[in-house]
Amino acid sequence: MIRRLMKTLVGAAVLAAFAGGVAAQDSKVADELAKYREALADGNPADLLEVKGEGLWAEKRGPKNASLEQCDLGQGPGKVDGAYAALPKYFKDTNKVMDVESRLVHCMVTLQGFTQAEVTKQWFSRPGKDSDIEALVTFIGAKSNGMKINAPATHPEEAKMAKMGEYIFYRRSGPQDFSCSICHGQEGKRIRLQDLGNLTTKDGAGFAMKTWPSYRVSQGAVWTMQRRLIDCMRQARWPEPAYLADSIVALETYLQKTATGTVMETPGIKR
Amino acid sequence: MNFKFALFFGLTVAVGAPAFAQKAVEAPGGKHAKDAEQMFRTSFRADNPKYWMTRLEQDETMKTCLQYRDNPPRKIGEKLERLNAATIRYPVDGKLIGDWKEGEKLAAVGTGGHIGFIQPDPAGRVRGGNCYACHELAKKEIAFGTIGPSLREFGKIRGKDDDTIKYVYDKIYNSNAFSACTNMPRFGLHSWLTPEQITHIVAFLIDPESPVNKD
Repeated sequence: MIRRLMKTLVGAAVLAAFAGGVAAQDSKVADELAKYREALADGNPADLLEVKGEGLWAEKRGPKNASLEQCDLGQGPGKVDGAYAALPKYFKDTNKVMDVESRLVHCMVTLQGFTQAEVTKQWFSRPGKDSDIEALVTFIGAKSNGMKINAPATHPEEAKMAKMGEYIFYRRSGPQDFSCSICHGQEGKRIRLQDLGNLTTKDGAGFAMKTWPSYRVSQGAVWTMQRRLIDCMRQARWPEPAYLADSIVALETYLQKTATGTVMETPGIKR
Repeated sequence: MNFKFALFFGLTVAVGAPAFAQKAVEAPGGKHAKDAEQMFRTSFRADNPKYWMTRLEQDETMKTCLQYRDNPPRKIGEKLERLNAATIRYPVDGKLIGDWKEGEKLAAVGTGGHIGFIQPDPAGRVRGGNCYACHELAKKEIAFGTIGPSLREFGKIRGKDDDTIKYVYDKIYNSNAFSACTNMPRFGLHSWLTPEQITHIVAFLIDPESPVNKD
């Protein structure tokens, strides 16, 4: 945590130096960067959520009055270290490829006795309404910090899921003819001033995937990967995917496979 | 000599064709493409209204572009370009160049058309061309994207003759009439912009008084 804080402070200094040149030209950009600086000065707000998630993980909750400490995230019951970096993964007990969020919800239902509807009702936070899932995923993610993403999709079901994710990545539709690939299939492009990663390469996918979950300054909240990808579809002007939908897990499988080998730096902080 | 050339050419094609076919990139999804389409379609919330769900329909252009990862063989690309060219409609008064000031506003607007339950646009929100997301235009706007080419001084460089005006109108109305599977949306085809709005953006690009063509 201290090391991350140091890194954050260095990042803030770099951003501040960068902001100096731009501020004079465009006050809107300067405002945005000011928000960054403000958030960064106190460290990453996601760190607080990580602590909260750690507490929720160990707390006895739900009709079964059980903690999540026996949850199997793919590394065996109770093993959280490195679990995030190795997801999505095929699970024999559900016969499904699951990402961190679908597996976490599965544990909350089976171990703690909550209904799926209860657990997912507040799957993302709104001002004044915290999300347990956000906190838990931030905690689970942080337990993979410094480890390499390791989701090569070698199991046939994972391989199939990665291929289906690739299909969705290139699939064009809607009133703007969008696909993921339109913005994220080339090197060195930007939309307005925002740099766009090429998610078809290890470097690009790695840079994108290693920092989630991430605190988003513009949203004032931590976003999980489900939240991030569901919002991509909103920006594509498509209807809204269901939370934990297979299409989202498929995209994650495709991206994590491509990103495999990249060292995790989470929780991240982004625009 | 001619015979020799023909023989050489024929052999090259015969040898080259299978090699090329092998090298051709697999369609996204591979053998799982059908399952992937089915899965994608059933991954949306059940309470999305039906008219939202129609946004997932793909016309022939979208399907073909997906299959070839937006890089179709030239012959297929040409077919798509003819298909798209045939969709272009013009304003009733036939005037293809409008008011650059209106075009300037539309070029900057990036909102509109977002649906869903989390962060939809309010009903009736103006849809813009969002040109700056991808193109450099007026000098004073530094927050421009680079997905498309710079259009800075477009009119100054390309002129303002009728052919150029028509080309710009057609390109905005249906970009795929010129380069199949381009990243650029088909603003007219999808009624994202009206023909009249397109004429304003044409003026923003071409009018000598437009900031696009000023230093």
